[in-house]
Amino acid sequence: MKFLAIDLNHPAHYLTVGPVSVSYGNLVMIALVVALFVVALVLPFPSHSDDDERSHK
Amino acid sequence: MSPQLSKHDPAKKWSGPTRKYDLIKEFVIAIVVVGLLAISLAALFSSPDEPALTLKSWAISDPADFIGTATGELAGTTVSAGYGAPYNTAAEGQVLGPLKLQKWAGVRIPINPADDFVIAPLAIDNDPAVVSAIAAWKAASVDQQGKWANAYADALGKSPKAITLPDPTGVFGPVPAIATGLYGLARTGALDGLLAAGDTPLPTNFTKPLLFLADSGTYFPDYAGARHLQGDQWGVMNETGSYPGQSWLWLYSFWYQIDPFKSSGNADVLVMATMTVLSLALLFMPFLPILRRVPEWIPIHRIIWRSWYRRKEE
Amino acid sequence: MSSKKMWTTRVRESTLERFEPKDLLPDVQPAYVASWIYIFGVATIAAFVMLVASGLVLTFEGPAWWHTSSIGHFYNSIHLWSVELFFVFMVVHLWGKFWMAAWRGRRWMTWITGVISFFASIVTGFTGYLIQTNFDSQWIATQAKDSFNSVGIGAYFNALNTGQAMLIHVSLLPLVLGGLVVWHVILVRRKGVVPPIEAGGSE
Repeated sequence: MKFLAIDLNHPAHYLTVGPVSVSYGNLVMIALVVALFVVALVLPFPSHSDDDERSHK
Repeated sequence: MSPQLSKHDPAKKWSGPTRKYDLIKEFVIAIVVVGLLAISLAALFSSPDEPALTLKSWAISDPADFIGTATGELAGTTVSAGYGAPYNTAAEGQVLGPLKLQKWAGVRIPINPADDFVIAPLAIDNDPAVVSAIAAWKAASVDQQGKWANAYADALGKSPKAITLPDPTGVFGPVPAIATGLYGLARTGALDGLLAAGDTPLPTNFTKPLLFLADSGTYFPDYAGARHLQGDQWGVMNETGSYPGQSWLWLYSFWYQIDPFKSSGNADVLVMATMTVLSLALLFMPFLPILRRVPEWIPIHRIIWRSWYRRKEE
Repeated sequence: MSSKKMWTTRVRESTLERFEPKDLLPDVQPAYVASWIYIFGVATIAAFVMLVASGLVLTFEGPAWWHTSSIGHFYNSIHLWSVELFFVFMVVHLWGKFWMAAWRGRRWMTWITGVISFFASIVTGFTGYLIQTNFDSQWIATQAKDSFNSVGIGAYFNALNTGQAMLIHVSLLPLVLGGLVVWHVILVRRKGVVPPIEAGGSE
């Protein structure tokens, strides 16, 4: 059951800028976190106004 | 403006407009989606599993480094030998100003590297040369042991690829025979078991073999360095292969890349102290006077609640 | 009526008073809860469920199984990718809650249990990395020991003691983390989802 469609068992590549050096794997995860946050903020949330209820007394 | 949409005390129970919402359904959908995601990622990318190094693989792959480290243990010059608490009293350990946190913990995991890593395991070696060398070592004074071992360590340092050196004047004493004996033991694989099984024949505590391996001058650190796992390579964040690692440890790793941490002998305690302060700030954010107002001043919340604010205006 | 209530009665009555079923399992929520940012709490919990489930399989077969079995390796992979998803979702959730100043309205305990859960998750993940019984675990153990020893806790928590790390990872920390998460969610249900920041002050 080990398909290994994409084999990551090779030395990583790094993005190095000054003292900062990030592996591409980690860069993808960090980009994913930022992207998810931004998308979650801007993506319209479906509103079903007929579901809204007035406040309960 | 309808009363229930006017300013609401956040501590009070909400009595304004609501919408129908299925909590359990959301939970089930989350489990299914996240579950499928995890299973798909596992099927697609698998996970890394670089085999453990052993004292055997060390002796076979980098014999000179093994011999050099074994000699260093006898000379008391390795990291373990000069570590301090919790292993021994050879050093004060790291300090944070006046706080000697490392020393205060005491020697709770007593390790004598020369005896534990080198002399004791060789007790099973029947080779007459090793037997007499061990006897000569044990009979000598601590001073004499140091002279022999340091002389051999210095000589090995000048011949980096040497596994053994001739000793016509006897200045190295029994040390070459002991180091060579340990090297032979390691090559058979017996040393891995001997160091691990010190307290019990069915070990789960690998303190001794790992401390010995970590004393390696080149084999262990170079293996890690080739995989960008060293502290000054952001290693705390990284994983073997091209797999994502622990990106959530980015800030913890960061400090090790810059001074004063990078070149300090107290780097670890300084980083721990820094991260403790920052963690406490995150923990007590609700009570920190300026930081807790940041979400108000940088109004990302206006994006989150934009439909609500629009509704209020209408 | 007896003035001296039984302990059981007292616990039952105070529990029912503090935890009304309609608060614990509501079928409505405030109309302002209308953003995709709100799904990341439950997404984090879902990843935690996957961690426990895959972890239980690994527990059942023992720590060396995944080195020699492809099914075992597959479950290890599910466990590892669940960790990555867990932290991704938790961080997005944390960012969302920070920018909402979600501690308002006496919700500081919700925030605190959340942050402690974050730290507890890091420690749990760390002990997990320690028990891989491969090169990565050897390196992590020998490096981390220096940090722990520098502050004295290495004398009590020995990163080189695989047995200790394993028992802590598999029994102690899941209980602690599970307990924290349950407490955190109950607090959210009891206090309600924090309302929007209004103009003119956050409290």
